[in-house]
Amino acid sequence: MATSNDGTTNPGDRLPSPMPRRRLVEVLLGTGFLATAVAFVYPVFRFLIPPKASDLGSDSVVAARVGELKLNSGKIFRFGSRPGLLIRIASGEYRAMSATCTHLSCTVQYRDDLRQVWCACHNGMYDLSGRNISGPPPRPLESFEVQVRGEEIFVRRRRET
Amino acid sequence: MIPQRTMYNWLDERLGWDALIAPLRKKTVPLHRLSYWYFLGGITLFLFVIQVLTGILLILYYRPGANEAFESVQYIMTQVQFGWLIRSIHSWSANLMIFTAFAHMFSVLFLKAYRKPRELTWVTGVILLFLVMGFGFSGYLLPWNTLAFFATKVGTEITGQVPVIGKPVMIFLRGGEEVSGATLTRFFGFHVAVLPGLATLLILLHLLLVQRVGISVPPKLEMEWDANPAAKREMKFFPNFMLRELMAWYVALGVLGALAAVFPWNLGVKADPFVPAPAGIKPEWYFLFMFQTLKLIPPKVWLIDGEVLGILAFGLIGLLWLLLPFFESDQPSSTKRWITGVAVFALAYGAAMSVYGYFAQ
Amino acid sequence: MGISRSNIRLLGRARLLLPAGLLLLSASLGCGQTTNSCLDCHSALPDPLGVSQEKFSQDIHAQRGLTCASCHGGDPTSDDADKAMSRKAGWKGKIDRKQIPQLCGSCHSDPAYMRQFNPSLRTDQLSQYTTSVHGKRFAAGDGKVAVCTDCHSVHDLRPPSDSRSTVNPVNVANTCSHCHADVGYMSAYKIPTNQFAEYSKSVHHDALMVRGDLSAPTCTTCHGNHGAAPPGVDKVQNVCSNCHTFQAQMYEKSSHKEAFQAVSLPGCVVCHGNHGISHPTEAKLGTGPDAVCMQCHTPGDACDQARAGLQRALGQLDEAIKSADQVLSVAESSGMDVSEARLGQDQARDSLTKARVTIHSFRTDLVDQDIQAGLKIAAKNLQAGKKAMAERNYRRVGLGISLGAIALVLVGLRLYIKQIES
Repeated sequence: MATSNDGTTNPGDRLPSPMPRRRLVEVLLGTGFLATAVAFVYPVFRFLIPPKASDLGSDSVVAARVGELKLNSGKIFRFGSRPGLLIRIASGEYRAMSATCTHLSCTVQYRDDLRQVWCACHNGMYDLSGRNISGPPPRPLESFEVQVRGEEIFVRRRRET
Repeated sequence: MIPQRTMYNWLDERLGWDALIAPLRKKTVPLHRLSYWYFLGGITLFLFVIQVLTGILLILYYRPGANEAFESVQYIMTQVQFGWLIRSIHSWSANLMIFTAFAHMFSVLFLKAYRKPRELTWVTGVILLFLVMGFGFSGYLLPWNTLAFFATKVGTEITGQVPVIGKPVMIFLRGGEEVSGATLTRFFGFHVAVLPGLATLLILLHLLLVQRVGISVPPKLEMEWDANPAAKREMKFFPNFMLRELMAWYVALGVLGALAAVFPWNLGVKADPFVPAPAGIKPEWYFLFMFQTLKLIPPKVWLIDGEVLGILAFGLIGLLWLLLPFFESDQPSSTKRWITGVAVFALAYGAAMSVYGYFAQ
Repeated sequence: MGISRSNIRLLGRARLLLPAGLLLLSASLGCGQTTNSCLDCHSALPDPLGVSQEKFSQDIHAQRGLTCASCHGGDPTSDDADKAMSRKAGWKGKIDRKQIPQLCGSCHSDPAYMRQFNPSLRTDQLSQYTTSVHGKRFAAGDGKVAVCTDCHSVHDLRPPSDSRSTVNPVNVANTCSHCHADVGYMSAYKIPTNQFAEYSKSVHHDALMVRGDLSAPTCTTCHGNHGAAPPGVDKVQNVCSNCHTFQAQMYEKSSHKEAFQAVSLPGCVVCHGNHGISHPTEAKLGTGPDAVCMQCHTPGDACDQARAGLQRALGQLDEAIKSADQVLSVAESSGMDVSEARLGQDQARDSLTKARVTIHSFRTDLVDQDIQAGLKIAAKNLQAGKKAMAERNYRRVGLGISLGAIALVLVGLRLYIKQIES
């Protein structure tokens, strides 16, 4: 408890806290405010700086570069969180579709000997537009839009009409 | 001279600053057993400010639009530095704010702080509560995930059931017949422009009224203090109560940070309008009591469709809630007790239905 | 025996009566039915003479405009029982079992006739039937074997595409089991009767009935339907290879093919069974009750060692995938985004599947290739998971520091308040 110098207190006296104690409180408060201010400002500051990967990435991806795929060949690429299949058919045109088989979700592949899309798990077959033509698959593969821009081949989900 | 003094004088000479804040210096807060409830309004305001700040930060990266919204939120959560923190704080603070808004409303109700001359404060407050729920409803859709999509579908569907005006209102809300990208854009506009504008106006009004009329005291205590002014205990708002409120705000900040770090808000699955609704779609918890009530009403009550009756009933209750203080002025004490009874029932019913709705299949 | 031309001519006449019949009888018989006076009495008679209107209306023949007389002969337009069921009108009464295939075949093997109803329907059922075990025994005079109506039902015959049809894929096994699972009925034939019981436990049954995958095999898929016969011992793998092509290709080139052929063992069936095919697990490569290799091979020889190596390698990859999954799950539930690693896990699982398929080549080097590829991917995903956990911990530390700072402020404020109010 705070006391005056001669050990007595008078009613109505506003007792000043001892100097060290007041300093301690001020230092504590000051440090606390500063610390919390930094703890708030630092994340906000980092937040404001744009990250390196500025594109959202999953609606439209670069599946391959021009010249990467030979005629009559295919390539698996990552599309969002699922695999996609990019095919360059014999005429040079590009086709893209989901690579997840609609039967039991195995990853399909392009068969250049059959010129069709094939699923190794149970011999399911799809044509070059993704339509299921033989074997167990019950539904076609979702087809994607392909756009060649300069050296890059972009694959994009079909826009909702 | 100390620089602060110079700046202060400079402002005062041009704005009349001293005269403006003089009432604040004199403002007092009554001290009694139930004084802690007075914090709730301030905490709600604090959380609102947090929402505005985090919301502004999120807007720098969020893209409204059916084919980009989900991805942009995913981007914020995974690519942007501390994006997960800002977004999670925004989502948690939203829920906390709605909770404190309801708690503030109920505390005002039970402490009877809505009585004359504070009727307008109550009215602006209830409108703010509706706005806050509108914030919740519109904001929930913005990440464009499955749960949000279908919750919005169901919610706007229910609005469409209101006779005569329901359908046009539903089309206005949805930006079309169905919930689509147009709905998203519209809700975004409501959430970041319309509602904040209205809310800011009403908050200013609400605060102004609180300043002008002062902090209310429960009726019994008021009578005691009127009879015996010496018994009155008060605390200066500035700096004493303000400092205590600051403590409460820091606690709220700590809670928010912990929630955001330990339970980050999830992304969900991107909405696909062609997929059938998952079973057991429910709205967010603050709508559960209404949702569950509507589910329990039988399909037909006399000749009226049960759901329509429920919606109209809630609409009527909302209106009566808004006008509550006007039922009590200059009424005998029996009416006042009756209103307290209604308040207790409302709280119990709301809580029970929310819990029921949460656990129901 | 056989349908006479008069019945077909009668049919023609009945069709001409259709509009008139509709007008007169649509109210009492229901719309869309040709005049079929037989049902007037027979719908009220008890079994075995009873055929209800309701039942017959489900029949595809009735829906196409055929009547009782189309098969049984007689005059369907007459209300007089004697006239309707007169031998002069060609009435045959109850069709004898031995007549049934020929009776059905008289229309169903006639492409010109069937073209009028469904040009894409096959018309070789009867000729296929004669090659089947059922057909051969039938020709030899066995009256117990299945004839058309035993499988297809009669009077409420539905097309196979109808899920209520007795020959719809989901019902086929059940239909076959009516005889083939009846121990008493089958006692003279000296073949097992446990096929249906076995099949009901199998992974194919699960796919068909539980998952609803209509491409999954049932009895007729492997045995044929009209030409039903068990595939020869040396031909079993051809049947399985229709769906399980990769495994079959590997097996063809493997050492086991010749070995099994030499001792007349049916390829796939030796290890997998025929009817009760269960989901293969690593236990098949083990030494326990489910082990298949050790049924032939000697413990300790080169093959046993290879087997043990395979089991070990597969187990290793499985473990690696599981542990990566676990770490990713914990990271995910703590709010970290691990979607890229999850996709990678799919690839790792694909490698494991591929390795399990490659077992059928019985070459450890090939299996190892797939295993190693899978292990690499699983290791990468485990790393990603660990990184996510590290990030999570970093966040918790950051939170701790912030909470510490906040606590500091709270203590400071408390003291300050006390100070200014003392």
